[in-house]
Amino acid sequence: MAVTAIAGKEVHVDDEGFLTEYDEWNAELATELAANIGIDELTEDHLRVIAFLRDDYVDQGETATLRRVQKVGEIATKELFVLFPKKPAKKMAYVSGLPKPVGCI
Amino acid sequence: MRKLVVLGAGTAGTTLVNKLRPKLAADEWTITVVDKDPDHLYQPGFLFIPFGTYQQKDVVRSRKGLITDGVDYIEAAVELIEPKDNRVELADGTDLGYDVLVIATGTHPRPDQTPGLDGDEYGETIHDFYSLEGATALAGALERFDGGRLVVNLIELPIKCPVAPLEFTFLAESHFRQRGMRDRVEIVFVTPLDGAFTKPIASKRLGSMLDERKIAVETDFYLERVDAEAKTLVSYDEREVPYDLLVTVPVNMGADFVARSGLGDELNHVYVEEGTFLARDHDNIFALGDAANLPTSKAGSSAHFSVEVFVDNFLRYADGEEMEERFDGHANCFVESGDGKALMIDFNYDTQPLPGKYPVPGVGPFSLLEETTLNHLGKMAFKWTYWNVLLPGRNMPLPAHMSMAGKRQDPESKRPNTQGGV
Repeated sequence: MAVTAIAGKEVHVDDEGFLTEYDEWNAELATELAANIGIDELTEDHLRVIAFLRDDYVDQGETATLRRVQKVGEIATKELFVLFPKKPAKKMAYVSGLPKPVGCI
Repeated sequence: MRKLVVLGAGTAGTTLVNKLRPKLAADEWTITVVDKDPDHLYQPGFLFIPFGTYQQKDVVRSRKGLITDGVDYIEAAVELIEPKDNRVELADGTDLGYDVLVIATGTHPRPDQTPGLDGDEYGETIHDFYSLEGATALAGALERFDGGRLVVNLIELPIKCPVAPLEFTFLAESHFRQRGMRDRVEIVFVTPLDGAFTKPIASKRLGSMLDERKIAVETDFYLERVDAEAKTLVSYDEREVPYDLLVTVPVNMGADFVARSGLGDELNHVYVEEGTFLARDHDNIFALGDAANLPTSKAGSSAHFSVEVFVDNFLRYADGEEMEERFDGHANCFVESGDGKALMIDFNYDTQPLPGKYPVPGVGPFSLLEETTLNHLGKMAFKWTYWNVLLPGRNMPLPAHMSMAGKRQDPESKRPNTQGGV
């Protein structure tokens, strides 16, 4: 685990840059994290996904899968691929300041 | 008299009741096990059916015949669990009361979950080897296959036996080579992961094995639908992969009654505490094996190791004591690589598969992450062990918890266990 500065704030990240402390995240940080992975603007739709993921993490203790975001969060997987191109599960977790979803071996 | 009810007589359920019966006094506990169909299937054997190595008779036994005396066996489907009444309702309307309930109904392929997959072409140009019928139909399809594009597609994780799609791919490559038609077959492995496998070191090793065999890999491919008429896979981000013969691993889901009873996640896997298997928000319901939502491999080996841990815990639990044993997510498996060889991997929640020797450090006889003939022989010998040692609940000479002895460690091999797909 390392400490790095994002948007002028010191935060803890893992070796892939995912935030490791839930409470260190804020909206300003999210904009910066999004920019790091080529998402220039966080729209209302992005924010809706992020809000669901952050709330769900508190309930479940783990990052929601694409299937869960579709089924419980009612945001279509197709839309997630538009909002967070190529690797939505990884990217939405990264921007939301949550661990990468666990893919079971 | 207290009542233990076990739902599911597969690897976990059968091993559990056979191990527990002699340890629980007959005048204190009744044990009942419920399954919806009469056949116990040796699922690791499905992989070999498409290639004619195994026939149906090798992988099917009577469930009832595998269950020890003193355990009641009921053949029925489960309709619902009503935790507040400590009651299971069976599909025929019968009620079954319990003091302790164990859910061990596994996880199963669900082609109906993917648009376009489960139509007229299923069993013709689209196949799976995760069911006995599927594996049997695929044997015929492979025999008739005269060349073209074979696509092996894993739709979504988690699946049981997560190395099986790679094993099938290696065996198919070897099969076509032996038939002298390898130059007429293009093989493509299509996966939602960002590499051949989930865990980094094993993924690198298995990825280079695909390269060596000239098998193309399409990564980050999250299947939206199959256009069975055009014989094309279409991803959510609108990439297309055409095929002549598709071998798919459908979405795997736990039993529907788990969802109906409000105990599962979106894939009907039961939420449990990862060290003790106790279902979330309940103090007398457990889930073992593939049925549980645990961050380890869905496989017979983890079912076996989890039963070992659970049995000791159950005896304490039955006496009203704290459960002490903690499951570490231990799993291991042989990975067939074709031409009579296999690799072996051994891992748990915290440690990814590493190179080395197993089970005896430095000696083996099995080699971790390395292709050997002995590993393959170990895999083939396991069928006998499964029927004759594991299921009857005899002691296997393997510790339930993973050991680091014999493994070559790498600084990157510890948690965070954050591998994962898209």
